[in-house]
Amino acid sequence: MKFYRLFLEALESLNANKMRSMLTVLGIVIGVAAVIAMISIGRGAQSSISSQIESMGTNLVYVSPGSTSESGVQSAAGSAGTLTLDDAEALASLPNIVAVSSQTSNFAQVVYKSQNTRTRLMGVTPDYETVGSLILEDGVFISVDDQKARSLVVVLGSSVAESLFGGTGGVVGQKVRLNGQPYEVIGVLASKGGTGFMNQDDQVFIPLSTALYRLVGGFRFRGSSVISQITVKVSSADVVDQVVNDATLLMRARHETIEGADDFTVTSQEATIDAATQVADTMTIFLGGIAGISLAVGGIGIMNIMLTTVTERTHEIGLRKAIGAKRRDILLQFLVESVVLSLAGGLIGAVFGWGAARLVGQIEFSGSTITPVVGLDSVLLATLFSMAVGLFFGIYPATRASRLQPVEALRYE
Amino acid sequence: MIEVQDLTKTYRLGSVEVPALCGISFRIERGEVVAIMGQSGSGKSTLMNILGCLDLPTSGQYFLDGKNIAGMNEDELAAIRNQKVGFVFQQFNLLPRMTVLRNAELPLMYDGKNQYKEARQRAEAILSAVGLADRMDHRPTELSGGEQQRVAIARALVNEPALILADEPTGNLDSRTGAEIISLLLGLNKDQGLTLVIVTHDPAIASKAQRVIRLRDGLIENGRGG
Repeated sequence: MKFYRLFLEALESLNANKMRSMLTVLGIVIGVAAVIAMISIGRGAQSSISSQIESMGTNLVYVSPGSTSESGVQSAAGSAGTLTLDDAEALASLPNIVAVSSQTSNFAQVVYKSQNTRTRLMGVTPDYETVGSLILEDGVFISVDDQKARSLVVVLGSSVAESLFGGTGGVVGQKVRLNGQPYEVIGVLASKGGTGFMNQDDQVFIPLSTALYRLVGGFRFRGSSVISQITVKVSSADVVDQVVNDATLLMRARHETIEGADDFTVTSQEATIDAATQVADTMTIFLGGIAGISLAVGGIGIMNIMLTTVTERTHEIGLRKAIGAKRRDILLQFLVESVVLSLAGGLIGAVFGWGAARLVGQIEFSGSTITPVVGLDSVLLATLFSMAVGLFFGIYPATRASRLQPVEALRYE
Repeated sequence: MIEVQDLTKTYRLGSVEVPALCGISFRIERGEVVAIMGQSGSGKSTLMNILGCLDLPTSGQYFLDGKNIAGMNEDELAAIRNQKVGFVFQQFNLLPRMTVLRNAELPLMYDGKNQYKEARQRAEAILSAVGLADRMDHRPTELSGGEQQRVAIARALVNEPALILADEPTGNLDSRTGAEIISLLLGLNKDQGLTLVIVTHDPAIASKAQRVIRLRDGLIENGRGG
């Protein structure tokens, strides 16, 4: 029989058992929908993580303090108060470097009249404007003079300005209070659209000198102010690895440490993105794999129903064979039926999976949403995979049907 | 047309061998009407299955239309059944999901020609010939027993077979409808020269055949070919 004829017959017999067919299809629908939704969400998370990291600037190398190790007890990375302003100055002398910025960070309550918000307070050097690829919506960034004079000036991230002033216009020149001290707003940043824990819009910047003097408290190490991170902007992507290497050697020389016992870490932005996307990748595979199990369960459902169908239709198989159906005809008849079941499930599941991914995209996780990426490839993959599931789980019942002996099958009641 | 030589069939039930046919020989000429009679257990179902190419003999030769069936494989047998044999069963054996028309054209779906339009036309013509022109779009369950058996006859005829095998064709019908079915079959024999083999218990039907083959304990009772 030609394929479309087999297809029609399959539809006919599935139609004869509507409820059963629908429930069997449902198993596949759930499986495929889960696979597509999970992969889309995983990919969405991956792309939002890397775009957030990229929004902090490009070609960056980060130098952070390492963890302290006291009597063999390792504490969290970044806890060692060993990174200082002098280190930053030394790093600036390395080749292939565009700018070096030192930062401290802390949390602070920002108050304007009756409005207030809690945000991240960054103490930065003027170079941070370049390093962090900041774009000003209004006003100016922290200047070298501000840095020298420990001025009480602040640059607001766009969402901070939004929540205090209800907009970014007319904010420059206003006074806000940071942890009770009055600061003059000298600039407002344009939105970067970042989200979640790395939201680039939800922070305020003051001169590093001011931060060290007034807010963070002046810890000192080897006669220099302790800072929490140094960010280095490198001239091009090609020399990033070179700079990481140079910086590591320089820091090692300055801190008199040996490899493996460094009290600092040097990483490139690229490595950070890689690590983050690798985590997201693993998550995607993991989630997709779990969803895949439900697809396999759906496949077993198909096999179960097809076996029942074959038993129920033994007499029909006997008749078909009596009037001339060959093994192959019977095999194809049942195989097409199970593939139709699974393919229908696959197509409906693809729609549901897409819908589910969209739905998850609407939900906020700690103030951010993930935009799920429903690729054509994942839809194709899931549909083809569901077809393969139908074929795989259909082969055994169909073979059993095709091997029935006509005499015995006809006698079966 | 049909030539059977020394046909035996032995079933194996566990370690016990049960003989069903113990060496029978006969010929049936083209256009003949032959009744096969015998009590249950006499081997007539087994003979019927072998004549219909549904089963192979344990030993002996069976020539249908000049072809030796004994050595064929499953698919070759299926092709022979499709092209040479038309079955009419006691239970009608129609597929309840399909319309009368689809049931009647079913053998043409397996003839390997894939000419569905021609198949439909042919099934329509034959259904009209057996008096079911206005029932083609009905399901078998909506039909009377006699009408269902007519559908089965139409299905048996649709591939223009050389041989019609009717296994108790009136067994599930009342006597009047049964007589109608028998006269329909005999009419086909007369008009189209179809070879007709009827398995029956009913002496009245057997009396209408040109010849009766009586089986008893796997052997022909009334000598060679009756």
